[in-house]
Amino acid sequence: MSESPPSKKTSKKISGFNRRAFMAGAAGATVAVPLTARAAGDAARPPAAKDASLPVDMMLRVNGADRPLSVDARTTVLDALREHLGLTGSKKGCDHGQCGACTVLIDGRRVVSCLTLAIAVQGREITTIEGLSQGDKLHPMQQAFIDQDAFQCGYCTPGQIMSAIACVKERHANSDEDIREYMSGNICRCAAYPNIVAAVKQAASQIEKG
Amino acid sequence: MRPMTYQKANDARAAVQALAAAAGGDAALTESSIQPLAGGTTLIDLMKLDVMRPSTLVDINPLAGSWSEINLENGNLRLGALARMSDVADHPEVQRLYPVVAESLKLAASPQLRNMATLGGNVLQRTRCTYFRDVSYASCNKRNPGSGCAAMDGFNRMHAVLGTSEACIASYPGDFAQALIALDATVEITGKAGVHQMPFAQLHKPPGNTPEIETVLRPGELISAFVIDGRWPRSLYLKIRDRQSYEFALASAAVALDVQDGIVREARVALGGVATVPWRARDAEALMKGQKLDDATAQHVAEAAMAGASARQHNAFKIDLGKRVVAHALQRAAMMEI
Repeated sequence: MSESPPSKKTSKKISGFNRRAFMAGAAGATVAVPLTARAAGDAARPPAAKDASLPVDMMLRVNGADRPLSVDARTTVLDALREHLGLTGSKKGCDHGQCGACTVLIDGRRVVSCLTLAIAVQGREITTIEGLSQGDKLHPMQQAFIDQDAFQCGYCTPGQIMSAIACVKERHANSDEDIREYMSGNICRCAAYPNIVAAVKQAASQIEKG
Repeated sequence: MRPMTYQKANDARAAVQALAAAAGGDAALTESSIQPLAGGTTLIDLMKLDVMRPSTLVDINPLAGSWSEINLENGNLRLGALARMSDVADHPEVQRLYPVVAESLKLAASPQLRNMATLGGNVLQRTRCTYFRDVSYASCNKRNPGSGCAAMDGFNRMHAVLGTSEACIASYPGDFAQALIALDATVEITGKAGVHQMPFAQLHKPPGNTPEIETVLRPGELISAFVIDGRWPRSLYLKIRDRQSYEFALASAAVALDVQDGIVREARVALGGVATVPWRARDAEALMKGQKLDDATAQHVAEAAMAGASARQHNAFKIDLGKRVVAHALQRAAMMEI
């Protein structure tokens, strides 16, 4: 049974509080402590640690902002975003590059952030789902996913949207068949695929109009 | 994932020096504790699975400036090893003059992985054999030499029927390598002593008694480019799999033909999904030369392409499927309008 959009809006108005704001706040609180602890230890650490057990200082550029980090060299972009920068929009599904839930753009190209080492993409422009909207105005692809009801549980949605934006930009959204082929790296366990295709088509025409 | 250190190589010389520092010169690149990092789509995955355990990664992506060219001048095709799969798959001239190359790349992996993975890394990707990828299985001669092969009497539906040995039946998972071997590509290797070339067909080693050694590359050697001579507009890649997209091949064929007045002057056939290494069917090719490519000839060639195949309990279907894929690919190639 599908929930009707009006009831969603009603519940949001009554509480004045939504799940996303709560989750983001909670994540921020959790992250704040270790970040402070790390910052205190930074001064004593050599900049390029040769000892694999020591954290490495690095700078990531995320959604237009420089974000300093001191983390293990093994840290993926996905873990850096979620565990260290409080950006939990990108989702961890399989953690092996198979499901696409962690898709982000790096220098405008879609990649799986779970197989990308943070240390290797310093200085490159990382765009996540959090970097799409302009204030309260959603990106056309975000709006299209809502308009077309292109998700059920929503877990794969941030990855779907990031991938879909790139799919349009690559000019691989010219037909339903094309969209299905070039969105095949994003798995949806709820099987919202027909609506995802509809959303990509809706946004593609808007994005192309400019 | 085990602890590791990370270095960035700013030029080819620094890269091969850093990589050559691995213990001894006799080890295979795949076994080395110092690994080059290109796209990382195989390496990081296998490090998370504890299958690959490098202590140092040497990031060679800064070399992309000089090692990612796509060059069609001089009547051949030169592809830099750090070109990304998607860039080559989407290249209009590669699509027109070497469709088998573009299609083998487009039909592999997902758009995200194709944006990351490099051509050099692609041909070196490791097998998808479950018993290799899951370290909880004690027996895997490729991962742990001498430990046996759990796939022999395990679930071996995805495994190879050509080029197998008593030590290993893991199938080679890639697609692009079939296009390269079919078109007699040359691989350019950069090492401490400089740059040398060899036929791509000599890069991979069949498993034999040493399945842990997958290529002739040694620590300190990097693939820097691939070169294909001539143009192959009448060529294609046919890939049959369990899903329509984003899946490894059950059986695939890279074919290329030169047909004049209905007579085959030159023919190339390579097989994927069914063999332990990129597989060229030279005997089968010879049967077509000077012939008309009718249904009977295609069938005859297909039988020859799978000659010598041997199946285990769950993968006998691949022998028949491989024949059908070869025959169908050849018939489609013969009908291409170029």
